Amino acid sequence: MNFIRKKLDAIKPLFEKGGKYERFYFIFEANETFLFTANETTPKSGTQIRDAMDMKRLMSTVVISMIPALLFGMWNVGHQHFLAIGETAEFWTKMWLGAKLVLPIVIVSYVVGLGIEFTIATIRRHPINEGFLVTGMLIPLVMPPDIPLWQVAMATAFAVVIGKEVFGGTGMNILNVALTARAFLYFAYPTDITGDVWVFKGGQPTVDGYTGATPLSIGADVAQSGENMVQALTEYGKGWADGIFDFWNLFIGIMPGSIGETSVLMALIGATILITTGTGSWKITVGVVGGAYVMGTVMNLLGSNAFMLLPAHYHLVIGGLAFGATFMATDPVTATQTETGKWYYGILIGVLTVIIRVWNPAYPEGIMLAILLMNVFAPLIDYFVVGANKKRRLKRATV
Amino acid sequence: MDLLSLGIKSVFIDNMIFAYFLGMCSFLAVSKKVVTAFGLGAAVIFVLAVTVPLNWLIQEYILKEGALTWLHASFSEISLEFLQFIMFIAIIASMVQLVEMVIEKFSPALYGSLGIFLPLIAVNCAILGGSLFMVQRDYNLAEATVYGFGSGLGFALAIIALAAIREKLKYSNVPDGLKGLGITMLITGLMALAFKSFIGIAI
Repeated sequence: MNFIRKKLDAIKPLFEKGGKYERFYFIFEANETFLFTANETTPKSGTQIRDAMDMKRLMSTVVISMIPALLFGMWNVGHQHFLAIGETAEFWTKMWLGAKLVLPIVIVSYVVGLGIEFTIATIRRHPINEGFLVTGMLIPLVMPPDIPLWQVAMATAFAVVIGKEVFGGTGMNILNVALTARAFLYFAYPTDITGDVWVFKGGQPTVDGYTGATPLSIGADVAQSGENMVQALTEYGKGWADGIFDFWNLFIGIMPGSIGETSVLMALIGATILITTGTGSWKITVGVVGGAYVMGTVMNLLGSNAFMLLPAHYHLVIGGLAFGATFMATDPVTATQTETGKWYYGILIGVLTVIIRVWNPAYPEGIMLAILLMNVFAPLIDYFVVGANKKRRLKRATV
Repeated sequence: MDLLSLGIKSVFIDNMIFAYFLGMCSFLAVSKKVVTAFGLGAAVIFVLAVTVPLNWLIQEYILKEGALTWLHASFSEISLEFLQFIMFIAIIASMVQLVEMVIEKFSPALYGSLGIFLPLIAVNCAILGGSLFMVQRDYNLAEATVYGFGSGLGFALAIIALAAIREKLKYSNVPDGLKGLGITMLITGLMALAFKSFIGIAI
């Protein structure tokens, strides 16, 4: 440790004002503070805030909370492959195959994103911070495992530049960066990311009955054909993967889908970490889940197509709702800033998700677009909440 | 039920701004503050809700081929559709004039902040677009009213949301070259991306 410190101190003057590499100061500073705690404190005369929570700590907590989902996702990718070709395999074989498919996506997302971030920070002379550590992890988790790497690179570049850097970097964007990346791919290359997204790795013939369907694509099908959806879910996979879309199996998440989003259980672990550390807002998560449940029940009562008749608790375990509610909706930058606003924001996301799922045949999954849409309206919700608060307090004031 | 779904459709799915990119000039120019955006949104709702049904009457009883038969049976071959644009614009301009006088009388502050953009509603493409869509899609009078009100509401929703975002943007660090209209254009694009969630919904 001392060795690194000495080395850093030795080259530090080069980067400081008047030094040879002055323009790269923020790159140096980012690496230095990444390795060591900054040795500066607020001057005595200024405002004093004493808190262990800084941006670095906040972002690393989020990254840690995503690790269960990532590891489970890697195993699941391998598992689904062997399931599809009808072979059994060891735990580590599955893990290894999953890692081979997933890690390149993670690496591409980090390299491209951090590269752009460092370049722009150098040109614009603003400090680099840890925002992208979270985004760079979220992007792979919402991608299907067979996505071409150049698409990951392009989506990341688009999201970082247009979604974030034009607004001035971390903390100033209006749309969730990771979701912007996914939405970009969603509309630019729909065939690679929608519908029956997860095809097995390829190379071998699949077992009989394998179609690569996901619960949501089954939902879109029954909306047309009018079958009972729960029955269709239970029957799927007969012979080669019995009960793959069983309620509890859906909850645990051993099913095809994007890398990190299949497992409700892993999202719950993540949510526990986020909420106990105070990083994510429990109001938003509860709001999303509650809103989706209530809307699912309302849909049952309306019941004009078969997808609408799906019992409301199923809505909570299929698709990426749990993942979105935990990691995406709680993004402190793009969510509402006021505490009351968080309730409205969360509930509306849940409601919209179910509406898009059952009513919009064009998009089987609604959580992504629901969160993006509420990101757009979040400042407006805040505006109203703040306005109502002002009015309430003015009424109390006596002149 | 049909009217309700038409209303929802015209607010969200066929949103004037995000689905057709109509009425961009005032959308971009008057979205700096939420209060002003509210004022303009309300004015657009009113003008659209009044002019679309009015223009429907004009189209139905004066302009369409054979529309003048209520005057005399021999007019059945006459079509005045070449006058469509001019008639529609005249109606719209006079309605805008009316709104302008009302706002000036009751809310001089709003009148001041809307400035030139209030009279410019007269040439706002969203308003004329509303009337032309109404003709193209063969709405009846009730549908035309709902459609006019709905698309006005869609415009108001869009401009108010944009204004709230732009107020928040004061805390951002936008590059100098993008400040003002540039970043607003980018935000509009991102908002349209989010609004795509509604496109395709079958009600």
